[in-house]
Amino acid sequence: MLHSLKPCEQQTGGFCFENSRRNTVLESNLSELGYKAPTARKTGTTIAGIVYKDGVILGADTRATDDMVVADKNCMKIHYIAPKIYCCGAGVAADAEITTQIMASNVELHVLNTGRPPLVAMVTRQLKQMLFRYQGHVGSSLIVGGVDVTGAHLYSVYPHGSYDKLPFLTMGSGAAAAVSVFEDRFKPNMELEEAKQLVRDAIAAGIFCDLGSGSNVDLCVITEAGVEYLRGYDKPTMKGKREGQYRYKPGTTAVLTKTVTPLSLDVIDQSVQVMDTE
Amino acid sequence: MNTRGLRSQLKDSIPVAGLCPQGQYGVQDSLRSGFTSAKNELLPSHPLELSEKNFQLNQDKMNFSTLRNIQGLHAPLKLQMEYRAARQIQRLPFLPSSNLALDTLRGSDESIGFEDILNDPAQSEMMGEPHMMVEYKLGLL
Repeated sequence: MLHSLKPCEQQTGGFCFENSRRNTVLESNLSELGYKAPTARKTGTTIAGIVYKDGVILGADTRATDDMVVADKNCMKIHYIAPKIYCCGAGVAADAEITTQIMASNVELHVLNTGRPPLVAMVTRQLKQMLFRYQGHVGSSLIVGGVDVTGAHLYSVYPHGSYDKLPFLTMGSGAAAAVSVFEDRFKPNMELEEAKQLVRDAIAAGIFCDLGSGSNVDLCVITEAGVEYLRGYDKPTMKGKREGQYRYKPGTTAVLTKTVTPLSLDVIDQSVQVMDTE
Repeated sequence: MNTRGLRSQLKDSIPVAGLCPQGQYGVQDSLRSGFTSAKNELLPSHPLELSEKNFQLNQDKMNFSTLRNIQGLHAPLKLQMEYRAARQIQRLPFLPSSNLALDTLRGSDESIGFEDILNDPAQSEMMGEPHMMVEYKLGLL
């Protein structure tokens, strides 16, 4: 409702709550009629991270769900924050995406301001302060991992603003499946190949045991030397190759009669539309 | 830190609307503020609405009170004088002002938040009515 004096006040940026009352009224009316209001697309995810001998490995699945429908079969859940700090996002997809983008910009400004490379603790602190400010309404749970001057660190931040610092972490709807693999086989100071296999197995556990996670496994290996982003590291849900052929050889059935009726058609217009499949 | 002092300074930071209607003589001003409803006045439409509206204000108050406790009264006094001066550098009310000096003082020119991305006042589709806004600013309305 546009009151006459409202435009006279200073406009500020940020969230606008004008429509919240209308939305609650709409939702209650819709539920009376039996319809459901549209919900935000969540990622229904399995994300995981471990600290190994030389650094940090982050892993994620690649399915984004819209309630019970798969909205995206190959989305990227490992986001860039700084040259050696990456962040996996779970929860509401848009919130996780925009939160990590804001964080990346803030970290860059901070680096330009102080002239020092960023610390993972700094990223975590800014994240938790922002998420606490919005009291959990920004529904993104994140795992932040990276290497800075003090070493390799791994933090997880929950939507309401709490955080944990641990050697291995999992988040998302498939967290329980993934953390069971970690609890069984994690050792401190693992080698690279062993650690990659462990993260891959944990994400695969989430993919097979949780309905909200699926498709491929993405890995991101962060060390002092640099970052290796392995998109599509493993595709455990790829269809298998068929073993036998089920086609009959030509000549198996005898041909009795053959009639050919040509249809005269002219090609009027031909157009090619390239579909973006990657 | 003197938490009791902090609380006494923060106790009036979130004003509760609706206990005293806005129009002249305390009567509801339907033309300016729309129709009334007790629920509209007392309950915010969203749990974050009140805290977001006063966020900057509360941050400033907390920072100033901490500064006062650490460095004495002179520090927040000087800073608040600078803030007041910077806040007066504005264009005409219906035009968007950059608030550059104020942002620099607050340090918000070095960080990006939702207030810079969403609902940017410089890109709003509506402009206020110039005459009405200038009269409001001058207190003639």
